[in-house]
Amino acid sequence: MSDVPETVRPAVAKGLRLQWEAAQEAHVLLYPEGMVKLNGSAGAIMSRCDGVRTVADIVADLERTYGMSGLAGDVRAFLALALERRWLELRE
Amino acid sequence: MALQGMGPPAKASHGVGPPLWLLLELTYRCPLHCVFCYNPTDFASVGAELPTADWIRVLREARALGAVQLGLSGGEPLAREDLEAIVAQAHGLGFYINLITSGIGLTEARISALKAAGLDHIQLSFQDSTREMNDFLSSTRTFELKAKVAALIRQYDYPMVLNVVLHRLNIDHVEQILGMAEALGAQYVELANTQYYGWAWLNREQLLPSRAQLERAEAVTQRFRERIGSRMKIYFVVPDYFETRPKACMSGLGSVFLAIAPDGIAMPCHAARMLPGLTLPNVRDSDIRTIWYDSPAFNCFRGEAWMKEPCRGCPERSKDFGGCRCQAYLLTGDAANADPVCDLSPHHHLVTEAVARAERAAATATDPSGRDAALVFRDHRISIPVVVASERAARG
Repeated sequence: MSDVPETVRPAVAKGLRLQWEAAQEAHVLLYPEGMVKLNGSAGAIMSRCDGVRTVADIVADLERTYGMSGLAGDVRAFLALALERRWLELRE
Repeated sequence: MALQGMGPPAKASHGVGPPLWLLLELTYRCPLHCVFCYNPTDFASVGAELPTADWIRVLREARALGAVQLGLSGGEPLAREDLEAIVAQAHGLGFYINLITSGIGLTEARISALKAAGLDHIQLSFQDSTREMNDFLSSTRTFELKAKVAALIRQYDYPMVLNVVLHRLNIDHVEQILGMAEALGAQYVELANTQYYGWAWLNREQLLPSRAQLERAEAVTQRFRERIGSRMKIYFVVPDYFETRPKACMSGLGSVFLAIAPDGIAMPCHAARMLPGLTLPNVRDSDIRTIWYDSPAFNCFRGEAWMKEPCRGCPERSKDFGGCRCQAYLLTGDAANADPVCDLSPHHHLVTEAVARAERAAATATDPSGRDAALVFRDHRISIPVVVASERAARG
């Protein structure tokens, strides 16, 4: 699992959609053959992947929103997983 | 996505969650005549198609319950002139919309309108990469048209997804099929070995591949994967006749999947119309909430009370739910039996015997193109109900 640089801009991959589903009380990632129900932190991270914010921006935003610090490692680990699964793609 | 005017979603009752996946079979009309079509073989006797207003009501009611994945299918959904209107409504409601199509009728005007209406995804079907085989298997001259459609799909910025139904008559062409997919810029390819329902059930003796054919095809696929890397994702779906455990069909009937047929019949799976004794509700008579949570047909195979041995006491029953009800019915005459794909089923020999016949047919084949095989092509003129073999035997 290669490290995700701070400067890249992740975005939900083309053809997939992220949305909040009240019936499931979760963010879901929708793709042609199914959907992935995201837990709270995955949903919080993915919903900030707009192709504009850098990884550093996302980490800073999460730390601000949740009043926490030191999230970079976990966030980048999740992003690497999401990239590997083609949930996300990178915009430079 | 705000749902205006809707109350909170229905609470799960008896552990039943929402119908997350909605499939609308908008029509049985189709310009193709595929030998492996899963539509019911008596499709021509089915009544009139639902009008647009009914489809829209179904969308609203299902979305209110939490349905979010939408498949638009048929027959050929492009045969419906209101397809764009249906897509627009579904998009406004927040569905993720997938069009499952042969591509016949997908002009630039239509794809442009569908995109504007909010269509998220298109799955295009091919039968084989060689024009002759393709035309032969679908009885129409469609290959070149499909190539043009593939180009349009990429031009309109959709991922290019190809679904190729594999069976004995084309499984040896997997290398060419994948080469064709690559040339068309396909990003996802599903090599879907046909399952045996509807017209495919009628043609099973000619369509089931041998194990050697399957293994060769899997090896070819793997070599292709290694070469092409991340440019293309290839799914190879093995026919479950070659397994010893069944698929978790629909994740259990009535758990996540709801299909509506062209005449409004609601089904817990694509093939459920064939099951006797299952009175399927119709959306013309009842709302989706009642159909999903309260109808006997949808409750029939929920939970475990319906299971017979060996499923009833099996430690794996919550993993595969006893497999496919329709396959159990087709092969054993009783939908509550274990799916005979499972080698714990006393009827498993029916599957192994079919595979053995396929092996013998492959070994003695003098006509690899299959042209003189007695295939039954989907056609409204010969549309008939399938009589299950065990029923036929019982009638004497």
